[in-house]
Amino acid sequence: MAKAILFDSTRCVGCRECERACAEKWGNPYNDQIAEVEKLSAQKLTTIETHGERFQRRLCLHCAEPTCVSVCPVGAFEKTALGPVVYDEKKCIGCRYCIMACPFQVPAYEWSEILPRVRKCDMCYARQAKGEPTACTEVCPADATLSGDYEAMVAEARKRIADSPGDYQPYIYGLREVGGTSVLFLSAVPFNELGLRTDLPQSPLPPLTWSVLSAVPDIATSGAVLMGGIYWITHRREAVAKAEGRRPGRQKEVRQ
Amino acid sequence: MRRVPVWKWVFIALMAAGAYATYLRAFHGLGAVTHLSDQFPWGIWVAFDVLCGVGLAAGGFTLVAVVHIFNIEKYRPILRPAILTAFLGYLLVVLALMFDLGRPDRIWHALVMWNPRSVMFEVAWCVMLYTTVLFLEFLPVVLEKFNLQAPLKLLHAISVPLIIAGIVLSTLHQSSLGTLYLIVPHKLDPLWYSPLLPLFFFLSAICVGLAMTIFESWHSSRAFGRQLEVSLLGGMSRVLAVLLSVYLVLRFMDLSRRGAIGRIWEPRIESYLFLLEVALMALPALLIFRGHTRRPAVLYAASVMAVFGFVTNRLNVAVTGMERASGVVYLPKWTELAVTLAIIALGFAIFRLAVQYLPIFEETHEENRAGNGAQAEEDYLLTRA
Ligand code: SF4
Ligand code: SF4
Repeated sequence: MAKAILFDSTRCVGCRECERACAEKWGNPYNDQIAEVEKLSAQKLTTIETHGERFQRRLCLHCAEPTCVSVCPVGAFEKTALGPVVYDEKKCIGCRYCIMACPFQVPAYEWSEILPRVRKCDMCYARQAKGEPTACTEVCPADATLSGDYEAMVAEARKRIADSPGDYQPYIYGLREVGGTSVLFLSAVPFNELGLRTDLPQSPLPPLTWSVLSAVPDIATSGAVLMGGIYWITHRREAVAKAEGRRPGRQKEVRQ
Repeated sequence: MRRVPVWKWVFIALMAAGAYATYLRAFHGLGAVTHLSDQFPWGIWVAFDVLCGVGLAAGGFTLVAVVHIFNIEKYRPILRPAILTAFLGYLLVVLALMFDLGRPDRIWHALVMWNPRSVMFEVAWCVMLYTTVLFLEFLPVVLEKFNLQAPLKLLHAISVPLIIAGIVLSTLHQSSLGTLYLIVPHKLDPLWYSPLLPLFFFLSAICVGLAMTIFESWHSSRAFGRQLEVSLLGGMSRVLAVLLSVYLVLRFMDLSRRGAIGRIWEPRIESYLFLLEVALMALPALLIFRGHTRRPAVLYAASVMAVFGFVTNRLNVAVTGMERASGVVYLPKWTELAVTLAIIALGFAIFRLAVQYLPIFEETHEENRAGNGAQAEEDYLLTRA
């Protein structure tokens, strides 16, 4: 059963307990100074952003067809059947294509380490595999962050919108963005006012490169055949000439 | 004591700065030497050293195709310098990757941990295979120097498949470097983002390959007191002009088809740099079409402009076009520049040495083959000194 996280910004009180629980889980430092910097980083895999009087959580959205999984040359990312997108630091060569390509600008790098790793939320894969809720869900005092089965989360989101339509945008962010994500957002105001991109395509991004990549074997084969053909034609005239003894073989020689 | 010429001091200074930056990179991490960030993870080491480096080496496959596949013999004299440049270029790209990758010690992972869906994976394989092909294409030069006939024969036997493999591989990943950016329609400015990026990268790589060949021939003819093959380069420059025009026409057709053409006139830094890029590609084509190809100085100027146009394009795609969406301003740190400049200087130095000690230019090569190799080479060294 695939899991999901639902974050409801209308309920978030900005207590940052999720930030603290996340830092604890990863063994990252956490203090007032770190809390103040509202930016994802290698130390802060989730953050609360203040937008006027509202709070919006940022974290990896665990896309259904993740860009990071497709771009990584060594397959360090994996979309698990459970929903979380997990990262294997032992494979990573540090090309940072995943950071460059993620549509939500999520993965962060350990820029000051000598042996750096990519860092991002893994939706508490280990906990969820055991049937436990994510660390951030457990500590949320306001039911702003929920986690559970994907269908249940979607149903809960729909119910909240239906129950008090005046309090919500009639839209669940993450249902369709880049083909859907395992993290869903609810909001009272248009999502771009909470710093979320609303101009993303509704279809997944990986096919953009795959449509070209998958043509590579064909292009390579026809290219090779074409080159071979041209070679044969351009060199045949000489071979004929030579056979007829008209020209000395100087040009015949292939050397470089 | 002889006076050390200025360029040697420049070289030493660049190497010293590069060495210091290398030390910082190795012992204090990427953050200490670069202005990269989570918002802007690819800087000039990718934009210049890799994207431009690979492109500037495109003269290699272009000339190999011209001479070997299309069998146009008159270009043979400049084939070897072009292969040497390409081989060096690729080695330097790999060197640059050692700085840029977060875990250069794991560069081999790309060979054993496959992800065929990743463009980066394809680029990694192509770079590795093509560097090997270039090595084999260059090897005969070294073998000839030491007169090793057996391996020469072997290489000769596999030369045709090797040549074809080289052309296919380089074609593939010249365009793959453009494919890398297809995944960021939401980040790359519409002036550059296009589904045709792979084609544009490929076409412009051939252009810059030709331009670099003209550029190099000019320089080597000056440095080694040889006659410039004006007629040779004239023909090549006309092909360059045609390709540049095709490339530019396609770019503009694509812009208008995507409805992005109006953006050219918006007063933004992106538009200015876009126009600069276009001007640097259009001017050389104009110069050549106006029929000034008999004057080496004009040819030279045209090729330099085309090279700069190409570099501007790659920097625009990788830096200018990506900056706005990232929300930060990226300017390279001096240590990033130091590494890049040191790598370029190293390239020039090795090229010079190779030309000095190996039969790169056909003339020497012919003389060596004529029998009295040692004597001929001595004469050659004398005439050049
Ligand atoms: S949000 Fe970014 S890092 Fe997270 S799964 Fe999607 S592409 Fe990967
Ligand atoms: S930085 Fe690591 S995880 Fe990210 S794409 Fe490169 S190899 Fe994969």
